[in-house]
Amino acid sequence: MPDQFEPKIVAFFCNWCTYLAADLAGTSRLKYAPNIRVVRLMCSGRVDPQFVLDAFAKGADGVLIGGCHPGDCHYQEGNYKALRRAHLLRTVLREMGIENDRFRLEWISASEGDKVRTVVNDMVAKVRALGPLHLDAKPSPQVVATHARAVTAAAAVGGV
Amino acid sequence: MSKPKVGFYWCASCGGCEEAVVDLAEDVLRVVEAVDIAFWPVALDFKRADVAAMADGEMAVCFVNGAVRTSEQEEMARLMRLKSQLIIAFGSCSHMGGIPGLANMTDRETLLRRVYQEVPSVANPDCILPQERCEVSQGSLTLPALHDTVSSLDQMIPVDYYLPGCPPPVKLIKDAVTAILQGAMPPKGSVLAPDVALCTDCPRKDSKPERLLVSAFKRPHEIQIDPAKCLLEQGLLCMGPVTRSGCDAACIDGNMPCTGCLGPTGRVRDFGAKALSAVASIADATEESKIAGVLDKIVDPIGTFYRYSLPTSILFKRNRHDGNGWH
Repeated sequence: MPDQFEPKIVAFFCNWCTYLAADLAGTSRLKYAPNIRVVRLMCSGRVDPQFVLDAFAKGADGVLIGGCHPGDCHYQEGNYKALRRAHLLRTVLREMGIENDRFRLEWISASEGDKVRTVVNDMVAKVRALGPLHLDAKPSPQVVATHARAVTAAAAVGGV
Repeated sequence: MSKPKVGFYWCASCGGCEEAVVDLAEDVLRVVEAVDIAFWPVALDFKRADVAAMADGEMAVCFVNGAVRTSEQEEMARLMRLKSQLIIAFGSCSHMGGIPGLANMTDRETLLRRVYQEVPSVANPDCILPQERCEVSQGSLTLPALHDTVSSLDQMIPVDYYLPGCPPPVKLIKDAVTAILQGAMPPKGSVLAPDVALCTDCPRKDSKPERLLVSAFKRPHEIQIDPAKCLLEQGLLCMGPVTRSGCDAACIDGNMPCTGCLGPTGRVRDFGAKALSAVASIADATEESKIAGVLDKIVDPIGTFYRYSLPTSILFKRNRHDGNGWH
């Protein structure tokens, strides 16, 4: 088996369109990369930017949001909010050193099982090419204390 | 009975928090009547050795302002934790990392190079950078080490309470001091300010339209600001919807938008994410190109949304690694 990096991708799919499309892809026996972990939400507009940041911070290499096409939102305009937030979030992620290809928003209707396959495969290939996202551990009194102990231990071993 | 001992210390901050204590004006005399100020480097001549000589927990409470970014600040923070029963993170820098926390967008080496070599007003032909140790004819000189990452106080030591603000409003300081003296403190970990958004208490809230939509975001110098109308409606990036109240809308009264110094309300983990979410939601556009036209006008998104809170945000600093080496 080739020793290649398998990206972890967290996917937020809306209940009314993209999640059904993923279901359809399954019942149609379409094969696609097994790298996504799907979280079902009622609407793409429910995706708080905090969810995306948290996914990255907890080890995701990519985050995909799937919603209804413009004009098709079950709640009228949730997907437009998702689109606007995604635009600004992408800018912030880029400035924070997280490449654009790691974050993606796609409109996939309930009938587009095949689009789930192409989008997921394409995203997995792109994130695989980028490699893993190595974010440092956030400091906390515990982390800092552990680090201090490690430094002290290393110094002791080094005879300093 | 002896009076409880109180300490003040500052780490990486501008000094405005010390001013806020002085802003208590005559009320500071009431505080001094009730407590013994045992350590306050800005105002009183006590040294580190005086604190080190105290018994553990000898001080009742210590107010620490500023972020932590040097080995000296880290050491002092630990010492205060040891000697004080309560630690109160005082001000935005101590609470969330503050303005110094924006240094987490770069790393130590880039920062030192920029400040000591590249800035146009600097003449440093020998490229001399500050060193932790330097030998001169009189002996050896030392400086504290500069950390690569700026931290909030609670990322270094356990913190009991937070007094938010840049600087904390006098009213909140008075309320906190009164609560401490009366032993009427809320649960540990509380932020000592109301847990509602500033919009709730905004004097202009009645002018905020039912459905707020902004077609162009502007900066304060670009427009004549109407002193009565909701600032967001005027296109200014006011952080009121996501910022904790408690400041009596001081900036709004000064006809300037809120910049978010009191931090988020209790249930929010990442101020900047919530701020960008709120701002993006009110952009008056539905097509991708038009959305870009409205939102790309926002100058310095990180400095706007994470002005005071980058070190305590979910990502906390700019990612410097790439995924090379895998494929």
